[in-house]
Amino acid sequence: MTKPRQIQTLLTDEVIASLHAGDMVLLSGEVYTARDVAHRRLYDALERGEKLPIDLKTSVIFYAAPTPTPPRKIIGSIGPTTSYRMDFFTPRLIENGLKGMIGKGMRSPEVVAAIQKYKAVYFGGIGGIAALTARCVKKVELVAYEELGPEAIRMLTVKNLPVVVINDSEGKDLYEEAQRNWQLRRQ
Amino acid sequence: MVTEKKTKKPIRRINCKRITSAVKKLFIEANTVLETDVIAALKQSCEREESITGKQVLEKILENADIACKNKMPICQDTGLAILFVEVGQDVHIVGGDLRAAIEEGVRQAYAEGYLRKSVCDPLSRENTGDNTPAIIHIDIVAGNQIKIIAMPKGGGSENMSAAQMLTPAAGAEGIKKFVVEKVAQSGANPCPPVIVGVGIGGSLEQACILAKKALLRPLVSENNNTNERLAQMEKELFARINELGIGPAGLGGRVTALAVNIEMMPCHIASLPVAVNIQCHVARHKEIKI
Repeated sequence: MTKPRQIQTLLTDEVIASLHAGDMVLLSGEVYTARDVAHRRLYDALERGEKLPIDLKTSVIFYAAPTPTPPRKIIGSIGPTTSYRMDFFTPRLIENGLKGMIGKGMRSPEVVAAIQKYKAVYFGGIGGIAALTARCVKKVELVAYEELGPEAIRMLTVKNLPVVVINDSEGKDLYEEAQRNWQLRRQ
Repeated sequence: MVTEKKTKKPIRRINCKRITSAVKKLFIEANTVLETDVIAALKQSCEREESITGKQVLEKILENADIACKNKMPICQDTGLAILFVEVGQDVHIVGGDLRAAIEEGVRQAYAEGYLRKSVCDPLSRENTGDNTPAIIHIDIVAGNQIKIIAMPKGGGSENMSAAQMLTPAAGAEGIKKFVVEKVAQSGANPCPPVIVGVGIGGSLEQACILAKKALLRPLVSENNNTNERLAQMEKELFARINELGIGPAGLGGRVTALAVNIEMMPCHIASLPVAVNIQCHVARHKEIKI
Protein backbone atom coordinates (compact mmCIF):
# COMPACT_ATOMS: atom_id res chain seq x y z
CA MET A 1 0.00 0.00 0.00
CA THR A 2 1.30 3.41 -0.99
CA LYS A 3 1.42 6.54 1.12
CA PRO A 4 -1.61 8.73 0.35
CA ARG A 5 -1.09 11.56 -2.11
CA GLN A 6 -2.73 14.90 -1.52
CA ILE A 7 -4.69 15.98 -4.58
CA GLN A 8 -6.55 19.22 -5.11
CA THR A 9 -9.54 19.76 -7.42
CA LEU A 10 -10.02 20.85 -10.15
CA LEU A 11 -8.46 17.77 -11.70
CA THR A 12 -6.09 18.82 -14.49
CA ASP A 13 -4.98 16.46 -17.27
CA GLU A 14 -1.52 16.28 -15.67
CA VAL A 15 -2.93 15.20 -12.31
CA ILE A 16 -5.21 12.61 -13.94
CA ALA A 17 -2.32 11.17 -15.95
CA SER A 18 -0.35 10.77 -12.72
CA LEU A 19 -3.10 8.83 -10.92
CA HIS A 20 -2.92 5.05 -11.10
CA ALA A 21 -5.26 2.29 -9.95
CA GLY A 22 -4.36 1.50 -6.36
CA ASP A 23 -3.12 4.99 -5.45
CA MET A 24 -4.34 6.21 -2.08
CA VAL A 25 -5.48 9.82 -2.37
CA LEU A 26 -6.51 12.53 0.07
CA LEU A 27 -8.77 14.70 -2.04
CA SER A 28 -9.35 18.37 -1.28
CA GLY A 29 -11.42 21.02 -3.02
CA GLU A 30 -14.89 21.24 -4.50
CA VAL A 31 -17.00 18.22 -5.44
CA TYR A 32 -20.66 17.97 -6.41
CA THR A 33 -22.99 15.41 -4.86
CA ALA A 34 -25.31 13.73 -7.38
CA ARG A 35 -26.91 10.32 -7.48
CA ASP A 36 -29.77 8.50 -9.20
CA VAL A 37 -32.45 11.10 -9.97
CA ALA A 38 -29.97 13.97 -10.39
CA HIS A 39 -28.13 11.88 -12.98
CA ARG A 40 -31.35 11.21 -14.87
CA ARG A 41 -32.05 14.95 -14.93
CA LEU A 42 -28.54 15.95 -16.02
CA TYR A 43 -28.61 13.33 -18.76
CA ASP A 44 -32.03 14.36 -20.02
CA ALA A 45 -30.97 18.02 -20.03
CA LEU A 46 -27.93 17.13 -22.15
CA GLU A 47 -30.11 15.11 -24.52
CA ARG A 48 -32.39 18.11 -24.97
CA GLY A 49 -29.45 20.43 -25.47
CA GLU A 50 -30.31 22.45 -22.37
CA LYS A 51 -27.88 24.29 -20.13
CA LEU A 52 -26.96 22.30 -17.02
CA PRO A 53 -27.40 23.74 -13.53
CA ILE A 54 -23.77 22.79 -12.78
CA ASP A 55 -20.54 23.27 -14.68
CA LEU A 56 -19.40 19.78 -15.64
CA LYS A 57 -16.09 20.93 -17.09
CA THR A 58 -13.25 19.45 -15.01
CA SER A 59 -15.74 18.66 -12.25
CA VAL A 60 -15.83 15.83 -9.72
CA ILE A 61 -19.10 14.11 -8.76
CA PHE A 62 -19.47 12.32 -5.44
CA TYR A 63 -22.24 9.71 -5.61
CA ALA A 64 -23.71 10.60 -2.25
CA ALA A 65 -26.74 11.89 -0.41
CA PRO A 66 -26.08 12.96 3.19
CA THR A 67 -28.33 12.63 6.19
CA PRO A 68 -30.01 15.92 7.20
CA THR A 69 -27.71 18.46 8.84
CA PRO A 70 -28.39 18.74 12.57
CA PRO A 71 -28.24 22.18 14.23
CA ARG A 72 -24.75 23.69 14.54
CA LYS A 73 -23.21 21.09 12.21
CA ILE A 74 -21.80 21.51 8.71
CA ILE A 75 -23.34 18.30 7.39
CA GLY A 76 -24.89 15.04 8.60
CA SER A 77 -23.31 11.67 7.84
CA ILE A 78 -22.12 11.18 4.27
CA GLY A 79 -20.50 8.46 2.20
CA PRO A 80 -20.45 6.88 -1.24
CA THR A 81 -23.40 5.02 -2.72
CA THR A 82 -22.98 2.14 -5.21
CA SER A 83 -21.83 3.53 -8.55
CA TYR A 84 -23.17 1.07 -11.14
CA ARG A 85 -26.60 2.68 -11.03
CA MET A 86 -25.05 5.79 -12.57
CA ASP A 87 -23.29 3.80 -15.33
CA PHE A 88 -26.02 4.39 -17.90
CA PHE A 89 -25.63 8.17 -17.60
CA THR A 90 -21.91 8.45 -16.93
CA PRO A 91 -20.29 8.21 -20.41
CA ARG A 92 -22.51 11.13 -21.54
CA LEU A 93 -21.35 13.22 -18.56
CA ILE A 94 -17.71 12.32 -19.15
CA GLU A 95 -18.03 13.37 -22.81
CA ASN A 96 -19.20 16.71 -21.50
CA GLY A 97 -16.25 17.34 -19.25
CA LEU A 98 -16.76 15.34 -16.03
CA LYS A 99 -13.29 14.38 -14.82
CA GLY A 100 -13.69 12.60 -11.53
CA MET A 101 -16.20 10.35 -9.78
CA ILE A 102 -16.28 9.11 -6.21
CA GLY A 103 -18.40 6.07 -5.39
CA LYS A 104 -18.11 2.42 -4.50
CA GLY A 105 -18.29 -0.76 -6.55
CA MET A 106 -17.35 -1.68 -10.07
CA ARG A 107 -18.23 0.22 -13.24
CA SER A 108 -19.51 -0.98 -16.61
CA PRO A 109 -17.14 -1.56 -19.55
CA GLU A 110 -18.69 1.54 -21.19
CA VAL A 111 -17.75 3.72 -18.22
CA VAL A 112 -14.25 2.25 -18.00
CA ALA A 113 -13.79 2.93 -21.74
CA ALA A 114 -15.04 6.53 -21.39
CA ILE A 115 -12.68 7.09 -18.45
CA GLN A 116 -9.79 5.97 -20.64
CA LYS A 117 -10.86 7.79 -23.79
CA TYR A 118 -11.60 11.15 -22.20
CA LYS A 119 -8.92 10.92 -19.48
CA ALA A 120 -10.98 10.85 -16.32
CA VAL A 121 -10.66 8.95 -13.02
CA TYR A 122 -12.95 6.89 -10.78
CA PHE A 123 -12.21 6.95 -7.08
CA GLY A 124 -13.58 4.47 -4.56
CA GLY A 125 -14.49 5.54 -1.09
CA ILE A 126 -15.24 3.25 1.83
CA GLY A 127 -18.95 2.68 2.30
CA GLY A 128 -20.46 2.69 5.77
CA ILE A 129 -18.02 5.05 7.49
CA ALA A 130 -20.20 8.10 7.05
CA ALA A 131 -19.68 9.71 10.45
CA LEU A 132 -15.94 9.70 9.81
CA THR A 133 -16.27 10.92 6.22
CA ALA A 134 -18.45 13.83 7.37
CA ARG A 135 -15.40 15.28 9.14
CA CYS A 136 -13.76 15.89 5.76
CA VAL A 137 -16.60 18.18 4.67
CA LYS A 138 -15.86 21.83 5.42
CA LYS A 139 -18.66 23.57 3.53
CA VAL A 140 -21.98 22.63 1.89
CA GLU A 141 -23.92 24.65 -0.63
CA LEU A 142 -27.19 23.65 -2.28
CA VAL A 143 -26.73 24.01 -6.03
CA ALA A 144 -29.67 22.43 -7.89
CA TYR A 145 -32.82 20.30 -7.70
CA GLU A 146 -33.64 21.25 -4.10
CA GLU A 147 -36.97 19.42 -4.42
CA LEU A 148 -35.09 16.11 -4.55
CA GLY A 149 -34.29 16.43 -0.84
CA PRO A 150 -31.34 14.17 -0.05
CA GLU A 151 -30.78 13.62 -3.78
CA ALA A 152 -30.36 17.35 -4.55
CA ILE A 153 -27.06 18.47 -6.06
CA ARG A 154 -24.83 20.08 -3.46
CA MET A 155 -21.38 21.57 -3.73
CA LEU A 156 -19.14 20.23 -1.01
CA THR A 157 -15.80 21.69 -0.07
CA VAL A 158 -13.80 18.74 1.22
CA LYS A 159 -10.44 18.52 2.92
CA ASN A 160 -8.35 15.34 2.75
CA LEU A 161 -11.20 13.03 1.76
CA PRO A 162 -9.62 9.54 1.73
CA VAL A 163 -10.27 7.72 -1.55
CA VAL A 164 -8.54 5.09 -3.70
CA VAL A 165 -8.07 5.19 -7.47
CA ILE A 166 -10.16 2.31 -8.84
CA ASN A 167 -10.25 3.03 -12.59
CA ASP A 168 -7.47 5.16 -14.07
CA SER A 169 -7.00 6.85 -17.43
CA GLU A 170 -4.96 3.88 -18.66
CA GLY A 171 -7.89 1.50 -18.30
CA LYS A 172 -6.72 -0.30 -15.16
CA ASP A 173 -9.19 -1.58 -12.54
CA LEU A 174 -8.15 -1.91 -8.90
CA TYR A 175 -11.05 -4.16 -7.80
CA GLU A 176 -10.11 -6.74 -10.43
CA GLU A 177 -6.41 -6.46 -9.66
CA ALA A 178 -6.80 -6.61 -5.89
CA GLN A 179 -8.96 -9.73 -6.00
CA ARG A 180 -6.69 -11.42 -8.55
CA ASN A 181 -3.52 -10.55 -6.63
CA TRP A 182 -4.99 -11.81 -3.38
CA GLN A 183 -5.92 -15.12 -4.95
CA LEU A 184 -2.53 -15.48 -6.66
CA ARG A 185 -0.77 -14.80 -3.38
CA ARG A 186 -2.70 -17.61 -1.73
CA GLN A 187 -1.88 -20.23 -4.33
CA MET B 1 -55.88 -27.87 35.12
CA VAL B 2 -52.47 -26.63 34.14
CA THR B 3 -53.25 -25.87 30.51
CA GLU B 4 -56.29 -23.82 31.40
CA LYS B 5 -54.29 -21.82 33.92
CA LYS B 6 -51.71 -20.98 31.26
CA THR B 7 -54.27 -19.76 28.77
CA LYS B 8 -56.13 -17.74 31.38
CA LYS B 9 -53.62 -14.89 31.33
CA PRO B 10 -55.51 -11.65 31.54
CA ILE B 11 -55.80 -9.57 28.41
CA ARG B 12 -53.21 -6.81 28.53
CA ARG B 13 -54.01 -3.42 27.14
CA ILE B 14 -51.19 -1.69 25.30
CA ASN B 15 -51.63 1.85 24.08
CA CYS B 16 -50.54 2.77 20.57
CA LYS B 17 -48.60 5.72 21.97
CA ARG B 18 -46.18 3.29 23.61
CA ILE B 19 -45.71 1.48 20.32
CA THR B 20 -45.01 4.73 18.46
CA SER B 21 -42.46 5.91 20.99
CA ALA B 22 -40.76 2.50 21.09
CA VAL B 23 -40.45 2.37 17.29
CA LYS B 24 -39.05 5.89 17.21
CA LYS B 25 -36.43 5.10 19.83
CA LEU B 26 -35.44 1.81 18.14
CA PHE B 27 -34.78 3.39 14.75
CA ILE B 28 -32.76 6.30 16.14
CA GLU B 29 -30.68 3.94 18.28
CA ALA B 30 -30.22 1.32 15.57
CA ASN B 31 -28.91 3.97 13.21
CA THR B 32 -26.42 5.48 15.63
CA VAL B 33 -25.28 2.66 17.92
CA LEU B 34 -23.83 -0.48 16.36
CA GLU B 35 -24.70 -3.60 18.39
CA THR B 36 -21.91 -5.14 20.46
CA ASP B 37 -22.03 -8.45 18.56
CA VAL B 38 -21.30 -6.66 15.27
CA ILE B 39 -18.44 -4.70 16.87
CA ALA B 40 -17.04 -7.94 18.30
CA ALA B 41 -17.30 -9.68 14.90
CA LEU B 42 -15.54 -6.75 13.22
CA LYS B 43 -12.74 -6.82 15.81
CA GLN B 44 -12.32 -10.56 15.31
CA SER B 45 -12.25 -10.14 11.55
CA CYS B 46 -9.56 -7.48 11.93
CA GLU B 47 -7.35 -10.14 13.48
CA ARG B 48 -8.17 -12.62 10.71
CA GLU B 49 -7.48 -10.17 7.90
CA GLU B 50 -4.22 -10.82 6.06
CA SER B 51 -4.26 -7.81 3.73
CA ILE B 52 -2.85 -4.56 5.16
CA THR B 53 -5.36 -2.47 3.25
CA GLY B 54 -8.14 -4.77 4.42
CA LYS B 55 -7.05 -4.35 8.02
CA GLN B 56 -6.95 -0.56 7.63
CA VAL B 57 -10.48 -0.54 6.21
CA LEU B 58 -11.73 -2.62 9.15
CA GLU B 59 -10.05 -0.24 11.59
CA LYS B 60 -11.79 2.71 9.89
CA ILE B 61 -15.12 0.89 10.16
CA LEU B 62 -14.59 0.40 13.91
CA GLU B 63 -13.43 4.00 14.39
CA ASN B 64 -16.52 5.21 12.53
CA ALA B 65 -18.84 3.16 14.74
CA ASP B 66 -17.20 4.72 17.78
CA ILE B 67 -17.51 8.29 16.47
CA ALA B 68 -21.12 7.75 15.42
CA CYS B 69 -22.03 6.40 18.84
CA LYS B 70 -20.27 9.16 20.80
CA ASN B 71 -21.66 11.96 18.62
CA LYS B 72 -25.10 10.40 18.13
CA MET B 73 -24.59 10.51 14.37
CA PRO B 74 -25.85 7.99 11.83
CA ILE B 75 -23.22 5.28 11.26
CA CYS B 76 -24.05 5.31 7.56
CA GLN B 77 -25.73 8.00 5.45
CA ASP B 78 -28.08 5.31 4.16
CA THR B 79 -30.31 5.10 7.21
CA GLY B 80 -32.38 2.59 5.35
CA LEU B 81 -35.79 1.44 4.49
CA ALA B 82 -37.57 0.83 7.80
CA ILE B 83 -38.18 -2.90 8.15
CA LEU B 84 -39.99 -4.26 11.21
CA PHE B 85 -40.75 -7.69 12.57
CA VAL B 86 -43.56 -7.41 15.09
CA GLU B 87 -44.80 -10.26 17.25
CA VAL B 88 -48.10 -9.49 18.90
CA GLY B 89 -49.14 -11.71 21.79
CA GLN B 90 -52.66 -13.01 21.29
CA ASP B 91 -53.57 -11.83 24.78
CA VAL B 92 -52.79 -8.22 23.93
CA HIS B 93 -55.50 -5.67 23.28
CA ILE B 94 -54.10 -2.71 21.38
CA VAL B 95 -55.91 0.49 22.31
CA GLY B 96 -55.76 4.13 21.31
CA GLY B 97 -55.42 3.59 17.58
CA ASP B 98 -54.33 1.32 14.78
CA LEU B 99 -51.17 -0.83 15.14
CA ARG B 100 -49.79 -0.19 11.66
CA ALA B 101 -50.49 3.52 11.85
CA ALA B 102 -48.76 3.66 15.25
CA ILE B 103 -45.67 1.97 13.81
CA GLU B 104 -45.60 4.25 10.75
CA GLU B 105 -45.84 7.26 13.05
CA GLY B 106 -42.87 5.99 15.05
CA VAL B 107 -40.85 5.66 11.84
CA ARG B 108 -41.91 9.16 10.76
CA GLN B 109 -40.84 10.67 14.08
CA ALA B 110 -37.54 8.79 14.19
CA TYR B 111 -36.49 9.90 10.72
CA ALA B 112 -37.59 13.52 11.27
CA GLU B 113 -36.36 14.09 14.82
CA GLY B 114 -33.31 11.82 14.56
CA TYR B 115 -32.00 13.64 11.46
CA LEU B 116 -32.06 10.37 9.54
CA ARG B 117 -32.15 10.34 5.76
CA LYS B 118 -35.49 9.82 4.06
CA SER B 119 -34.73 7.17 1.47
CA VAL B 120 -38.17 6.03 0.30
CA CYS B 121 -39.64 6.99 -3.06
CA ASP B 122 -42.33 6.17 -5.60
CA PRO B 123 -40.88 3.33 -7.68
CA LEU B 124 -41.84 4.90 -11.01
CA SER B 125 -41.73 8.68 -10.57
CA ARG B 126 -38.84 8.32 -8.03
CA GLU B 127 -40.47 11.09 -5.98
CA ASN B 128 -39.42 10.92 -2.33
CA THR B 129 -42.29 10.25 0.06
CA GLY B 130 -40.62 12.74 2.41
CA ASP B 131 -40.90 10.89 5.71
CA ASN B 132 -39.32 7.47 5.08
CA THR B 133 -42.70 5.74 5.10
CA PRO B 134 -44.22 3.38 4.25
CA ALA B 135 -42.32 0.96 6.44
CA ILE B 136 -42.14 -2.75 5.64
CA ILE B 137 -44.02 -4.34 8.54
CA HIS B 138 -44.17 -8.10 9.14
CA ILE B 139 -46.70 -8.91 11.86
CA ASP B 140 -47.04 -12.30 13.55
CA ILE B 141 -49.56 -13.32 16.16
CA VAL B 142 -47.85 -15.35 18.88
CA ALA B 143 -48.66 -16.73 22.33
CA GLY B 144 -48.45 -14.42 25.33
CA ASN B 145 -49.41 -10.91 26.31
CA GLN B 146 -46.47 -8.89 25.10
CA ILE B 147 -45.48 -7.17 21.89
CA LYS B 148 -41.98 -7.69 20.53
CA ILE B 149 -40.73 -5.19 17.99
CA ILE B 150 -37.57 -5.64 15.94
CA ALA B 151 -36.50 -2.56 13.99
CA MET B 152 -34.15 -3.12 11.09
CA PRO B 153 -33.07 -0.15 8.98
CA LYS B 154 -31.89 -1.79 5.76
CA GLY B 155 -29.56 -0.06 3.34
CA GLY B 156 -30.27 -0.13 -0.40
CA GLY B 157 -26.78 -1.06 -1.59
CA SER B 158 -26.73 -4.47 0.04
CA GLU B 159 -30.43 -5.13 -0.55
CA ASN B 160 -29.81 -4.57 -4.29
CA MET B 161 -27.28 -7.42 -4.31
CA SER B 162 -29.84 -9.87 -2.89
CA ALA B 163 -31.73 -12.44 -4.95
CA ALA B 164 -34.13 -15.36 -4.89
CA GLN B 165 -34.35 -18.34 -7.19
CA MET B 166 -36.67 -21.32 -7.53
CA LEU B 167 -34.18 -24.17 -7.95
CA THR B 168 -35.17 -27.67 -9.00
CA PRO B 169 -35.12 -30.33 -6.29
CA ALA B 170 -32.37 -32.00 -8.38
CA ALA B 171 -30.10 -29.00 -7.73
CA GLY B 172 -30.01 -30.00 -4.06
CA ALA B 173 -27.65 -28.67 -1.42
CA GLU B 174 -24.86 -28.21 -3.99
CA GLY B 175 -27.13 -26.04 -6.14
CA ILE B 176 -28.00 -23.91 -3.13
CA LYS B 177 -24.35 -23.41 -2.18
CA LYS B 178 -23.39 -22.55 -5.75
CA PHE B 179 -26.18 -19.95 -5.93
CA VAL B 180 -25.18 -18.32 -2.64
CA VAL B 181 -21.46 -18.11 -3.46
CA GLU B 182 -22.24 -16.80 -6.96
CA LYS B 183 -24.41 -13.99 -5.58
CA VAL B 184 -21.70 -12.84 -3.19
CA ALA B 185 -18.98 -13.15 -5.88
CA GLN B 186 -21.00 -11.09 -8.36
CA SER B 187 -21.72 -8.36 -5.84
CA GLY B 188 -18.03 -7.54 -5.32
CA ALA B 189 -17.50 -4.20 -3.60
CA ASN B 190 -21.11 -3.07 -4.18
CA PRO B 191 -22.79 -4.12 -0.91
CA CYS B 192 -20.03 -2.74 1.40
CA PRO B 193 -18.17 -5.89 2.45
CA PRO B 194 -17.51 -7.48 4.87
CA VAL B 195 -21.10 -8.63 4.55
CA ILE B 196 -23.42 -10.88 6.48
CA VAL B 197 -25.09 -13.40 4.21
CA GLY B 198 -28.64 -14.37 5.11
CA VAL B 199 -29.92 -17.48 3.36
CA GLY B 200 -33.51 -18.70 3.28
CA ILE B 201 -34.18 -22.23 2.05
CA GLY B 202 -37.62 -23.69 1.43
CA GLY B 203 -41.14 -22.40 1.98
CA SER B 204 -42.47 -20.51 -1.01
CA LEU B 205 -40.94 -17.68 -3.03
CA GLU B 206 -41.86 -14.97 -0.52
CA GLN B 207 -41.23 -17.19 2.52
CA ALA B 208 -37.68 -17.97 1.38
CA CYS B 209 -37.02 -14.21 1.21
CA ILE B 210 -38.48 -13.63 4.68
CA LEU B 211 -36.38 -16.50 6.07
CA ALA B 212 -33.27 -14.98 4.49
CA LYS B 213 -34.05 -11.62 6.10
CA LYS B 214 -34.76 -13.20 9.48
CA ALA B 215 -31.43 -15.04 9.23
CA LEU B 216 -29.75 -11.62 9.33
CA LEU B 217 -31.16 -11.00 12.79
CA ARG B 218 -29.23 -13.80 14.45
CA PRO B 219 -26.52 -12.45 16.79
CA LEU B 220 -22.98 -12.73 15.40
CA VAL B 221 -21.41 -14.75 18.18
CA SER B 222 -19.70 -18.05 17.55
CA GLU B 223 -21.60 -19.88 20.27
CA ASN B 224 -24.78 -18.91 18.47
CA ASN B 225 -24.28 -21.47 15.72
CA ASN B 226 -27.23 -22.97 13.97
CA THR B 227 -28.84 -25.62 16.17
CA ASN B 228 -29.64 -27.62 13.05
CA GLU B 229 -26.50 -29.69 12.47
CA ARG B 230 -26.98 -29.91 8.68
CA LEU B 231 -27.37 -26.15 8.42
CA ALA B 232 -24.49 -25.45 10.78
CA GLN B 233 -22.30 -27.52 8.46
CA MET B 234 -23.54 -25.69 5.37
CA GLU B 235 -22.96 -22.31 7.05
CA LYS B 236 -19.40 -23.31 7.86
CA GLU B 237 -18.69 -24.43 4.33
CA LEU B 238 -20.25 -21.34 2.74
CA PHE B 239 -18.36 -19.08 5.14
CA ALA B 240 -15.06 -20.69 4.09
CA ARG B 241 -15.86 -20.55 0.37
CA ILE B 242 -17.01 -16.92 0.46
CA ASN B 243 -13.91 -15.87 2.36
CA GLU B 244 -11.76 -17.49 -0.32
CA LEU B 245 -13.17 -15.11 -2.95
CA GLY B 246 -10.65 -12.40 -2.09
CA ILE B 247 -13.12 -9.50 -2.37
CA GLY B 248 -12.10 -8.26 1.07
CA PRO B 249 -13.11 -5.21 3.13
CA ALA B 250 -14.53 -2.46 0.87
CA GLY B 251 -13.74 -4.77 -2.08
CA LEU B 252 -10.06 -3.78 -1.97
CA GLY B 253 -8.88 -7.37 -1.69
CA GLY B 254 -8.42 -9.57 1.35
CA ARG B 255 -9.44 -12.47 3.50
CA VAL B 256 -12.55 -10.99 5.13
CA THR B 257 -15.44 -10.85 2.66
CA ALA B 258 -18.13 -12.13 5.05
CA LEU B 259 -18.57 -11.76 8.81
CA ALA B 260 -21.10 -14.58 8.91
CA VAL B 261 -23.38 -16.83 6.87
CA ASN B 262 -26.72 -17.52 8.56
CA ILE B 263 -29.26 -19.97 7.15
CA GLU B 264 -32.93 -20.46 8.01
CA MET B 265 -34.88 -23.33 6.51
CA MET B 266 -38.40 -24.76 6.37
CA PRO B 267 -40.14 -27.47 4.32
CA CYS B 268 -41.29 -26.66 0.81
CA HIS B 269 -43.49 -28.06 -2.00
CA ILE B 270 -42.39 -31.41 -3.49
CA ALA B 271 -41.85 -29.64 -6.82
CA SER B 272 -39.74 -26.77 -5.50
CA LEU B 273 -36.48 -25.77 -3.91
CA PRO B 274 -36.77 -22.04 -3.20
CA VAL B 275 -33.61 -20.27 -2.10
CA ALA B 276 -33.09 -16.62 -1.23
CA VAL B 277 -29.91 -14.70 -0.42
CA ASN B 278 -30.26 -11.48 1.52
CA ILE B 279 -27.03 -9.55 1.78
CA GLN B 280 -26.38 -7.24 4.71
CA CYS B 281 -23.57 -4.68 4.71
CA HIS B 282 -21.15 -4.42 7.63
CA VAL B 283 -23.37 -1.74 9.19
CA ALA B 284 -25.69 -4.50 10.39
CA ARG B 285 -28.36 -2.62 12.30
CA HIS B 286 -31.23 -4.04 14.28
CA LYS B 287 -32.66 -3.35 17.72
CA GLU B 288 -35.51 -4.96 19.56
CA ILE B 289 -37.78 -4.28 22.48
CA LYS B 290 -40.50 -6.13 24.33
CA ILE B 291 -43.46 -4.16 25.54
